Amino acid sequence: MTNPNNISLNISHALKFIDSHALDIPTLTILGENGEILEGAAAPDIDKDTAINLYTTMRFIRLLDERMQAAQRQGRVSFYMQCLGEEAAITPSAAALKPQDMIMAQYREQAALAYRGFTLEQFMNQLFSNEKDLGKGRQMPVHYGSNELHYLTISSPLGTQIPQATGYAYGQKLKHIDPATGELNSEIDNLTICYFGEGAASEGDFHAGLNMAAVHEAPVLFFARNNGYAISTPADEQFKGDGIASRGVGYGIKTIRVDGGDALAVFAATQAARKMAVENGEPILIESIAYRLGAHSTSDDPSGYRSKEEEAEFKGSCPIERFKKWLLKQGWLNEQEDEAEKDKIREDILAALKVAEKVQKPALEELVSDVYDEPIPALQKQYEELKEHIKQHPEAYPVTAGRIK
Amino acid sequence: MAKMNMLHAINSALDITMAENNQACIFGEDVGHFGGVFRATSGLQEKYGKHRVFNTPLTEQGILGFANGLAAFGAPALAEIQFADYIFPAFDQIVNESAKFRYRSGNEFDVGNLTIRTPYGGGIAGGLYHSQSPEAYFAHTPGLKLVVPRNPHQAKGLLRACIKDDNPVIFFEPKRLYRASIGEVPEEDYTIEIGKAEVVKEGSDVTLLAWGAQMEIIEQAAEKAEEAGVSCEIIDLRSILPWDVETIAKSVVKTGRLIISHEAPITNGFGAEIAATIQEACFLHLESPIMRVCGLDTPYPLALEKEYVPDALKVFAAIKKSVEF
Repeated sequence: MTNPNNISLNISHALKFIDSHALDIPTLTILGENGEILEGAAAPDIDKDTAINLYTTMRFIRLLDERMQAAQRQGRVSFYMQCLGEEAAITPSAAALKPQDMIMAQYREQAALAYRGFTLEQFMNQLFSNEKDLGKGRQMPVHYGSNELHYLTISSPLGTQIPQATGYAYGQKLKHIDPATGELNSEIDNLTICYFGEGAASEGDFHAGLNMAAVHEAPVLFFARNNGYAISTPADEQFKGDGIASRGVGYGIKTIRVDGGDALAVFAATQAARKMAVENGEPILIESIAYRLGAHSTSDDPSGYRSKEEEAEFKGSCPIERFKKWLLKQGWLNEQEDEAEKDKIREDILAALKVAEKVQKPALEELVSDVYDEPIPALQKQYEELKEHIKQHPEAYPVTAGRIK
Repeated sequence: MAKMNMLHAINSALDITMAENNQACIFGEDVGHFGGVFRATSGLQEKYGKHRVFNTPLTEQGILGFANGLAAFGAPALAEIQFADYIFPAFDQIVNESAKFRYRSGNEFDVGNLTIRTPYGGGIAGGLYHSQSPEAYFAHTPGLKLVVPRNPHQAKGLLRACIKDDNPVIFFEPKRLYRASIGEVPEEDYTIEIGKAEVVKEGSDVTLLAWGAQMEIIEQAAEKAEEAGVSCEIIDLRSILPWDVETIAKSVVKTGRLIISHEAPITNGFGAEIAATIQEACFLHLESPIMRVCGLDTPYPLALEKEYVPDALKVFAAIKKSVEF
């Protein structure tokens, strides 16, 4: 734009409003329900190893979710959140990235972390907030994070990761900027992907993050998971516009909408988005459309806010089965082996659960460590006083009393 | 050494930081070519490029969200909030994100590279929204550090220490002193330790404690008191979080009296925390109740600013009350 108002100059003499739904946004779909490539669609460039990893990750997450949902009902963990119905939105988008790309997730994206190689034991340690948890038992279950795997630790406040993703991605771009010209002098090696739900997109941080990413040309992929519900609030009580995708244009961000139950469509869209983002140094918005088949978390029951008929309409379509059918057609998967592996994974999950739930809680020291890089004097004093108190009443603090030095 | 006002001193600290690390970025509203509404970042965009010193859109939550991300990446993130009165849209990013980044991740991630600079305080006819001193809100948040300088020399050394500190720090700049306070400042790099108060003047009868622009006020009050034969010990707290209990307690054990003064409203101001801690630490040494001379529990006024502020006369009245108790 070359005018002070930064607008396209298109003078008209006819009084006319732009329609509130002027954009006609298509939804990219590649894979049919029977695992066939739909007419007019092209399968993305995906090799066998990636496809198999993608499938086995989705399969693992489904089984982990089933087991941990049950474990919460048994009272073994306090809380859980399933990815049910959105496995093919999360996993392929992570699979289309480089392993060093940063992932800033909301909370339901455990499949992306599993794809990166977070182990079953690591999942369990976090869920049981035991002393082996990387997060030192400080956050509720499913708030995973791993520096080694470039997966930022989950934060409960919604949407806060969105402007953070912009800042992180800007940092990733910095070294590729020629100080003399301000232009990119090489292809950006790593970017950031930022996941959030359609509900979180109502937060001010969404606006701040997307606008700043556009203005500062940060290589970040904004991945909006439009799954229809924010806890109990349906999308039509969340916004009036055409999904989240319609907003991208308002920010001057290239945007695509994909079928979030179609692993190949999500993979293709993310792969193409990544390429544009690292070549041009720009953000991309991807809106994935899927249905949250499960509850928001173990703390709510969807029968209180949506009908059985509605759920039944979506339950028939399983994103993992859909991708599996394609793999079978490709001859990359064997049905019998797949079933046998599932049984083995179920056993492994139960065994890991039984181990993790017996690992002791973090030591008292972890109550005060990491508030600062070093405890400040006031906190150090409080800690010494607390230790003395616990020593005097060990029976009241059985988790830590026996381990105080 | 060179004569500098506080803006020059801050600019010098930023300049050293930008030269030292080619990933360091300065950003905020109008900080680019214009150099900030107070000109603290003047000339830095020309020197280090638009990609490292840049204007942001008008979104404080965005500035701090961006800053948290950039700091987590590992780049020194020097964020400016144009007036401390406008920091509240960023409250969530600071209180729930910056402050808890390290703790909640078990030290997998941190934003120790983050430094937030923001002008605070009154005395510029700024009314409700260009005068506030919001330090107490942040002092209630474990994980943050809060620092306030009283003159150019302190400003440069403390700001450099904030930038080098491996924790998120808010650096509150007393904007009334930006140009008014002039002093000798080394041109080379130096730091002043965070968390240490400074005894600016020794005395025996009463301890006067303040920080930032309020230091000048208690110094004026102390002069009046000296004329009346009362010896005042003057202390600059400098760091609000963590704060130097030891230095204050040591002084109060000696003088037996403490008066704390800040511009923010008295109720739940940081003076309340100091009073509570010092009465516990020095109970048997106190000759009179710890007193606070602060702003009234009103929004910051405009026409009646003179009546509102804890001026030297109010501090002097408190000194008399304290020694006559």
